[in-house]
Amino acid sequence: MEFKTILFYIFSTITVMAALRVITARNPVHAALFLVLAFFNMAGLWMLLQAEFLALALIMVYVGAVMVLFLFVVMMLDINIERVRQGFWNNLPLGALVGLLMVGEMAVVLSGRYFGLAHLPPQNMPANYSNTKELARLLYTDYAYPFEIASVILLVAIVAAVMLTLRGRKDNKAMHSSDQIAVKAKDRMRLVKMSPEVELPAAAAKEGE
Amino acid sequence: MVPLSYYLILAAILFAISIVGIFLNRKNLIVLLMAIELMLMAVNLNFVAFSHYLNDLSGQLFVFFILVVAAAESGIGLAILVVLFRNLSSIDVEDLDTLKG
Repeated sequence: MEFKTILFYIFSTITVMAALRVITARNPVHAALFLVLAFFNMAGLWMLLQAEFLALALIMVYVGAVMVLFLFVVMMLDINIERVRQGFWNNLPLGALVGLLMVGEMAVVLSGRYFGLAHLPPQNMPANYSNTKELARLLYTDYAYPFEIASVILLVAIVAAVMLTLRGRKDNKAMHSSDQIAVKAKDRMRLVKMSPEVELPAAAAKEGE
Repeated sequence: MVPLSYYLILAAILFAISIVGIFLNRKNLIVLLMAIELMLMAVNLNFVAFSHYLNDLSGQLFVFFILVVAAAESGIGLAILVVLFRNLSSIDVEDLDTLKG
C-alpha cells in the first residue's frame, strides 16, 4: 500500500472519530476541542489533495479564530449540562435512520461504475508548482468581484456582531452624538411668555407694609 | 492512489454525522452550530477533491468563499447566542418559542 493511501486512511479515521465525539460529547468544551481535532485532520486530507493554501487557511481561520470564538462563548455561558443532556438519545433512532440512508445512497451512487469516478486520474503537479500563486492569480483576475463581496460580507458580520452584543451601560456619561447633531435652536433656548410686571399703586403698597 | 470516490464517501459520512448531531443536540445550540461547521467542512472536502481530480482551481476558490461565509455565519450566530442567553438564561431550542411558530 502506498504511503499516501495509509495517510488517507489515518486522517479519515481520526476525522470521523472526532466528528462522532463532537456530536456526542457531554461537555461542550470537549466538543469544541474534538472539532479542532477534526479540522486538523481535514487540513491533512486537503494537503494530500495538494490544496496547501486552503489547508493552512483552514488551520489558521478555523482553529485559530472560529474555534477560539466558540471556546470563549462556551466558557462565558453557564450551561446546565444535566438539563441539556435530558432525553439526549430520544432522537437517535430517527437521526441514525436518516444518516445511514444518506450514507448508503451516496455510497451506492459514488462507488458504483455509473459515474466513472474511479477512472478519474489524480493530477500530479510538478515540484515547483505553487498552489498559492495559482490561487492568487485566479482570485485577483477572474474572481476579483466576488472577492470584494466577500470582504463586504466580513465587514457586515463585524458590524452585526458588535451591534448585537453591544449593551448600553446605565452609568454611562458619554454624550449621545445623534441627539447632539439633531438638536434645533428652539431646543437650546426656551422663550417663556409671561405678563409684564405692573407697578403697584402707592396706596396699596403702603397698606401691605 | 486513493480514488475520488473515497473522498466523496468520506465527505458523505461526515455530512451524515453532522445531520445526526443536529437530531441529537436539540437542547444545545452551541453543538448545533458546531454540527453546521462540520457540515460545511464536509462540503468543502467535496469541492477540494473535485478540484484536485478535475485539475480546476475554481473549486478551491469556492472553498475560500465558503470559508468566508462560514466565518461570518459563526460570528453572527454566536453573537445571537450570547444575546439569547442574556435574555433567556437558556440555550435550549425548545425555549425559543417567543414567535409562537
